[in-house]
Amino acid sequence: MSSKTRPIKKLLIANRGEIACRIIRACRELNIVPVVVYSDVDRFSRHVLEAQEAVAIGGAAPAESYLNMERLIEAARRTQCQAIHPGYGFLAENPDFARACRDAGLIFIGPPAESMTLVGDKLKARETVQKAGVPLVPGREIAADDPAQWQRLAEEVGYPVLIKAAAGGGGKGMRVVRNAGELASAVAAARREAQAAFANDTVYLEKYIEKPRHVEIQVLADAHGHVVHLFERECSIQRRHQKIVEESPSPALDSELRQTMGETACRVMKSVGYVNAGTVEFLLDEQKQFYFLEVNARIQVEHPVTEMVTGVDLVHQQIAIASGLALPFQQEQIHQHGHAIECRIYAEDPANHFFPSLGKLTLVKEPVGPGIRCDSGIYSGWEVTHHYDPILSKLITWDVDRQRALARMRSALASYVLLGIEHPVPFLQDLLAHPDFVAGNLHTHFLEEHFADWSPPLPESQLPLAALIAALGSTRPHKRVLSSQPAIPSPWQVLGGWEMLHTSEGKQT
Amino acid sequence: MYRLESNISTHSPEFKENFEHNRALIAELKERVARVRQGGPSHAHRAHKQRGKLFVRERLKLLFDPNTPFLELSPLAAWDMYDNQAPGAGMVTGIGVVHGREVMVVAHDATVKGGTYFPMTIKKHLRAQEIAEQNRLPCIYLVDSGGIFLPYQSETFPDRDHFGRIFYNQARMSAQGIPQIAVVLGSCTAGGAYQPAMSDEVVIVRKQGTIYIGGPPLVKAATGEEVTDEELGGADVHARISGVADHYAQNEHHAFEITRNIVQNLDPPRYFPLHRDEPEDPYYDPEELYGIVPRDIRKPFDIREVIARLVDGSRFQEFKELYGPTLVCGFARIMGYPVGILANNGVLFSESSQKGAHFIELCCMRKIPLLFLQNITGFIVGKKYEHQGIARDGAKLVHAVACAEVPKFTVIVGGSYGAGNYGMCGRGYSPRLLWMWPSGRISVMGGEQAADVLVTVRKRSLSKKGERAKPEELEAYRQEILQRYEREASPYFSTARLWDDGVLDPVETRQALALGIAMSLNAPIPDTRFGIFRM
Repeated sequence: MSSKTRPIKKLLIANRGEIACRIIRACRELNIVPVVVYSDVDRFSRHVLEAQEAVAIGGAAPAESYLNMERLIEAARRTQCQAIHPGYGFLAENPDFARACRDAGLIFIGPPAESMTLVGDKLKARETVQKAGVPLVPGREIAADDPAQWQRLAEEVGYPVLIKAAAGGGGKGMRVVRNAGELASAVAAARREAQAAFANDTVYLEKYIEKPRHVEIQVLADAHGHVVHLFERECSIQRRHQKIVEESPSPALDSELRQTMGETACRVMKSVGYVNAGTVEFLLDEQKQFYFLEVNARIQVEHPVTEMVTGVDLVHQQIAIASGLALPFQQEQIHQHGHAIECRIYAEDPANHFFPSLGKLTLVKEPVGPGIRCDSGIYSGWEVTHHYDPILSKLITWDVDRQRALARMRSALASYVLLGIEHPVPFLQDLLAHPDFVAGNLHTHFLEEHFADWSPPLPESQLPLAALIAALGSTRPHKRVLSSQPAIPSPWQVLGGWEMLHTSEGKQT
Repeated sequence: MYRLESNISTHSPEFKENFEHNRALIAELKERVARVRQGGPSHAHRAHKQRGKLFVRERLKLLFDPNTPFLELSPLAAWDMYDNQAPGAGMVTGIGVVHGREVMVVAHDATVKGGTYFPMTIKKHLRAQEIAEQNRLPCIYLVDSGGIFLPYQSETFPDRDHFGRIFYNQARMSAQGIPQIAVVLGSCTAGGAYQPAMSDEVVIVRKQGTIYIGGPPLVKAATGEEVTDEELGGADVHARISGVADHYAQNEHHAFEITRNIVQNLDPPRYFPLHRDEPEDPYYDPEELYGIVPRDIRKPFDIREVIARLVDGSRFQEFKELYGPTLVCGFARIMGYPVGILANNGVLFSESSQKGAHFIELCCMRKIPLLFLQNITGFIVGKKYEHQGIARDGAKLVHAVACAEVPKFTVIVGGSYGAGNYGMCGRGYSPRLLWMWPSGRISVMGGEQAADVLVTVRKRSLSKKGERAKPEELEAYRQEILQRYEREASPYFSTARLWDDGVLDPVETRQALALGIAMSLNAPIPDTRFGIFRM
């Protein structure tokens, strides 16, 4: 690891969408010239329009463009960049890319390839952090046909326990056992199923965490062995393992637990030799026990909530660390101030299983005001395509405490105008108004528990909006005055929805 | 114009009996139409939905301007045919409004045997194109069809009015400047590929629409090449590589927005400047039509009672009221549009035929659309009338009807028998639209008359051979003929085979006619030139 600093004057952003725009902003603030890349369909995307320099790198398919290492490195060389920022997703956690950048003499803004490889291997990462004394979800393997031993192992782990096939993945043969009486028959059944499904009857017995919260710690580590954490983010509101709403601080943590978790996270990062910005993810159970999940070796989507409460610009720090500078602060100098919440705005239809909603954004009007930040990659007239992650923007609000930050978020969502496609703003409004959300009673099954059968608000409540839109000018003019048309309107205009033999709707089921 | 005076008592037992009877017929009709509008079986609906596709009537909703009329054509096509496998012949056709103008839509219902073409599907498609061509309506084809229903290939493929005619019509209409637009929402295989290919503009939906001359199984069989639907003829192929499609839609909603945009930019229609009055509701309630049309349609009734419940203010300017009174002729307005009405009040004599021909000449000279209200057993027969030349006078009426270039509309109120069907602008005389009421009956002659004729013929042929028919055998033969005539004269038999454009509820007839007349004004009304009237 080199300790000499290498100044960055020009930086290539190997990403698109809102994160590319976010990095462009950081570059401008640091007097660095940002260069962006784009695929064929992104010619008119916002990140391309915002940057001074943009390089076309290939077709719409990610493999031809944003995942194409050679073309990215070639683009950086051609535009004489000193560094590449990968953003999140795409190549951000690909150690081969980090290595290829280094080999090409480019600074990769992220952790060294070696620690990336280590944290990317889930099993190895667990082993490594366990050695460093970091708690994992307790578990035991059951190989022998010995019910007494099963009981002993289950008691070691503590009820309730989850039993699953050691060889399998997914939900196959998983069962929850809440007391000793149920154990023997459940293990026997799981063994039979495991044998049938995987030809291996070894089962794994793990502590079952009833309503876990997802709490993660943001860490910064410089190349001089200096590691600090920037406190937690709570990301329990998830849909199919995708985070939707994040906040900091977590309503579940007190200062003691916060300190313990923060120090643990620093220990994890030291144990894997991590440098740059990264996140350590934990599960937190109802008894406030926390367990290591994994390390995210990149800048995260939800990083703005940390920036809002700590006042530290994480992208600035990433660039500074990558150019070899030492962190400008000690742990004691970092404080949490107030409360921040982020809502992710995806091009998805919440009323239709969150399926992608594509098409032209006819009107975009993003909320502004004190304590409101909108990290956006869209504009009015831009078309949402199916090729990439459907994130459109992130809306972040800050205020002195959680209730006020929430109120600000509700007000900001209400003033967010997005016309042309379906989007989750109405869903988020309902979510943020839910009493359990307001009370901070969050867990990772929150949406399944409370919002499984959500449907959009009744049209009546949208009538004033509809009237407003109609007044602004309908997008569907259905009357056109034709010069040769007689002054008396045609029956086609006055008979309304007339249909012959109209029955109670020719409805198809 | 004077108002017609109604002589109906709505309290008479006869009126009430008719009313109940006709209401029951309408209830049955609506129940059948509602069933047919469901389309194919529920498993086909599930499969359709699973593919993320919209149902045909949802598609129409997206295409048309909100809250505008839809004049559907022959919803009961193929009724009681093909073992009832093809409700509505697997297709929805009709006239709707896009950006304020009338368009013809031909939309497959893929829940019915994959939207494939039965013989009646082709007839329905060609009829829609015929209406579009006569009235210069832009055509929008919502394509989602597997092509010809192979078990019926011999009745669908090679003849003049079979599958190939669809594309002939597309080309000819395109040449006349009648826009042809295809929206590819599902498969267009083999011949079906020409539906978009022959169109002026084509919209295709991503990962849903496919166009190819030979599908993957055929390609595999022919060349051994393994290829997916998408690779062979998906939206990306046709919008980016082959150029068969012009507009790439992300999904169906997007496709209909694009289609609407296309229509918005077409050359606007130049409506024929027919003089219009302010519309006025009929003075007499159209609901009373149910009590006027007799339960036994053979019973005579005054057709003016029907006219009074169809026209504006129930006003009617009758022509030659005292001459040839079995054919009522006169001028009226329907939702402000002028019409010349010819309506039957009995059998056609020489005088009534000549009067009708005269009246048609008037309307053609003045460019007034014609409305025929049929309740006709035919032309008069007998030695006296033949000597007077009824054939010659009947020919005058038929000639005038055939040559009249004004838009013609026909409603079969009661019987439509024999040459009366011709003289009163039956299907063969190209009315712009022809509807039946549930009380209507079509056949070459009445069942009773046909049975009498055929029984007489049989008796005669037996006696030539020196045999004598037993009375019970003759009676059985007579009954068989009566039953067959009864079945084949039914409006359901007619509408299943597209002898008409649909069975109408009498109370909706006024609106349907108004929409029809307004729609017909998309085409100019040319001068009429008659041929030789036999004098």
